[in-house]
Amino acid sequence: MERREFLRRAGMTGLAVAGSGLGAGLLHDTRGGGQFFRDAQVAAAKVLPSFAVDRGANAVSMAIAHGTDADAMVRAAIGEMGGIERFINRGDSVLLKPNVAFDRAPLLGATTSPAVLKSVAALCREAGAGKIIVADNPINQPEGCFFKSGIKAAADEIGAELILPRNSSFEEVRIDGEVLGTWTTFYEPFAAADKVIGIAPCKDHNLCSGSMTMKNWYGMLGGRRNQFHQAIHGIVSDFPHMVKPTLVVLDATRVLMRNGPTGGSLSDVAVGDTLVVGTDMVAVDTYGYSLLGRDAANLEYLHKAAERSLGTTDWKRLNWREIQVG
Amino acid sequence: MRITIVRLISQIFFMGLFFFFCFVTQFSYLKGYPVSIFLEVDPLVAIATAITTHTLYQGLVWSLVLLIPTLFLGRFFCNWICPYGILHQFTGWLFNRRTITENIESNRYRKIFALKYYILIGMGAAALFGSLQIGLLDPICLLFRSFTVAVLPTLDMPTEWFYVRPHVHQLGWVVGFLLFFLVGMNLVIPRFFCRVLCPLGATLGLLSRFSLWRIHRDTVKCVDCDLCLQRCEGASDPHTNLRKSECFVCFNCIDDCPHDALSFDFMPDLRGEVTGPQISGRRAVMAGLIGALSFPFSRRSGDVDELFKKEVVRPPGSVAENEFLERCIKCDQCIRVCPSNVLQPAMLEGGIEGIWTPIMNMRTGYCELNCTLCGEVCPTGAIQKISIEQKLGLGQYADMGPVKTGTAFYDRGRCLPWAMDTPCVVCEEVCPTSPKAIYSREVEITNRWGEKVVLTRPYVDPEVCIGCGICEHECPVQDHRAIRVTAVGETRSKERSLLLGMAGASDGCCGGGAKDAGGGCGCSSGKQDRSGLLQIDLSENA
Repeated sequence: MERREFLRRAGMTGLAVAGSGLGAGLLHDTRGGGQFFRDAQVAAAKVLPSFAVDRGANAVSMAIAHGTDADAMVRAAIGEMGGIERFINRGDSVLLKPNVAFDRAPLLGATTSPAVLKSVAALCREAGAGKIIVADNPINQPEGCFFKSGIKAAADEIGAELILPRNSSFEEVRIDGEVLGTWTTFYEPFAAADKVIGIAPCKDHNLCSGSMTMKNWYGMLGGRRNQFHQAIHGIVSDFPHMVKPTLVVLDATRVLMRNGPTGGSLSDVAVGDTLVVGTDMVAVDTYGYSLLGRDAANLEYLHKAAERSLGTTDWKRLNWREIQVG
Repeated sequence: MRITIVRLISQIFFMGLFFFFCFVTQFSYLKGYPVSIFLEVDPLVAIATAITTHTLYQGLVWSLVLLIPTLFLGRFFCNWICPYGILHQFTGWLFNRRTITENIESNRYRKIFALKYYILIGMGAAALFGSLQIGLLDPICLLFRSFTVAVLPTLDMPTEWFYVRPHVHQLGWVVGFLLFFLVGMNLVIPRFFCRVLCPLGATLGLLSRFSLWRIHRDTVKCVDCDLCLQRCEGASDPHTNLRKSECFVCFNCIDDCPHDALSFDFMPDLRGEVTGPQISGRRAVMAGLIGALSFPFSRRSGDVDELFKKEVVRPPGSVAENEFLERCIKCDQCIRVCPSNVLQPAMLEGGIEGIWTPIMNMRTGYCELNCTLCGEVCPTGAIQKISIEQKLGLGQYADMGPVKTGTAFYDRGRCLPWAMDTPCVVCEEVCPTSPKAIYSREVEITNRWGEKVVLTRPYVDPEVCIGCGICEHECPVQDHRAIRVTAVGETRSKERSLLLGMAGASDGCCGGGAKDAGGGCGCSSGKQDRSGLLQIDLSENA
């Protein structure tokens, strides 16, 4: 054998040996023990920023409007809060989060009224908002929910962008709440937004009795949500800790009094003719719960949240307004 | 322009149309597109369902649009319109590495090409008894099924183009690899599926017997060079005695003939032609016998009646099981259009006859309350075109009550509040009826630590339950759910009914007793409200 040939062939084999060793060395995982996957997930988790606006201690933090014209009520209530300009800056991208959990017609009261959503979006536009995003991760099929609830039509009319909950829209988010540590969250809309406004209907709920502005954030979570019911009050009280919205709107133009959260019959719905805007979700929901004809003293998640200083159930101690529109 | 170029344009157009219809067969894009048209013009679907049901369901009358020209021209469908044929031709062309001589040899008629006629005879014999099996191999059904179950889910993985929430289909890999195999076989035998297996091709081949225009070979001009075979799609022997039943009317032979010896003539001399399919009587009888025997063998296996399986929960609006098997062509359009992914292609759940027919699997989805899309696209009426009003039992359908697909049952050994002292009732939350079919009772129990705990334990009201399965779908006991919907109680079959009141007792769906004023079972005070609902629904969505 020629020397050159010998060196070439031995060299090739030597390189293959070295490559195998190097590859094994690089990939060798000495950890084990089971927990490290979870640790890596927690380390990579995103954190949601606060979308709240600092308006000073004495600003109006809750405005209740009564009336029949949704647009006038939205304008009047936000007006009482100091006007939309106090919340939305020119060029802001605004995420509107309606509750579109179910495939239902608007009059059934199981979803946010498209009229209210449209009015809030219009106000944001007037304040110079750039992109307006509408997003929710429904229980029923997303496309059907957005279509039948009328929310898609409302979003189209106002030129808002609808973000559907596709797999790629979800990220692990660090919550560090009482129950939720990190959780798979519908992150894409949050990532695209400068300001966040939750717009929730006022509904009966079979398990936690009331579904309002706090419970609304359930719709921004993904993963195994069907486990939440095992500790529902802890979960709901984690939401005001997880999401710090710019504003919340409680749409009680119609109130789903029973058979919630799905409803399904007009006899389940009462006319509420009320709309509440606020920055303290606990306060807004405490008031909203009375619209269901129930005593807030019995709604556990409100008190859990209040104990954690995430809001107050004693809303009358806030700077609040109540107005009749029209 | 050469006729073969026109043909190519036609093929591209129809392939594109097929892709387009495949894509728009979903909630957001469906609009009014006639997405079932390929299945409706399919004469095999029309003829076979006419044999099983003695009727021609709705749009199937469009099959005349294909059948009549076939009587004049022959199997032009196979090489001008059929998307599956186009896929085979394209694949064969793309991977063709044969020399001209090898091409000529690969396009000579072989005896195995008669197999499709025996397949057709067997399926026809089964159809005579009411077992519709053509969908196993009908090219449109097969291709639509392959797209629905394997191709689109595959394309969706990297792109998210087709579903908001990804769809899965049980045994999709079988359908996927079957498609891969059948298309791949073009490398071994060109147009393998079309020439050897296709029962639609066989049907059209039989009809070609009457066609007035045929390829004619001028024996004076012909020098027997066999060059007409080099791109002959159907292997119809244009170089010698034409086999009209095999000819795809692709016109390649006319293109390729260097001596202008071939032409497409009106009523050419039939002498020297093989006018009909070359099949042996003994084999035909054997095929017919196998097809005929398949009926008693499978029916007396009991899957349709005594031994029907609880998993065979059919989509809402389905006809009774024996009629379902007369109608379902396994095209899986319903599975494609289903927005929730609840519909799955069956393997053996419904017996051997029910392979690839749609069944509801509540682990992958649930039946969306305000949705009737599956019946909307069903070309044969296996799933009837019912309205939302009819599905929910509103308005004029109030007396009949809602369409039930089955009934939900608790497995108390697995249910968290029942077995493990843990709060849950997701099932009650998502139950879509009003009043809810799932209700709960609060009980105070003493847990293992001696503490008093109040638990909410769920129950099913079988009168109100419609079997939509959203309770099962949302149940957190993921692997074997603590509430499961089975077929019993389904509206379509009196034999499988559960409650006396629902089995046709005179009092309608209440079983007699009126319930409380808060809504009752949907037959009392609640009904008035719900009947108004549809108008609201429609006007709000308009």
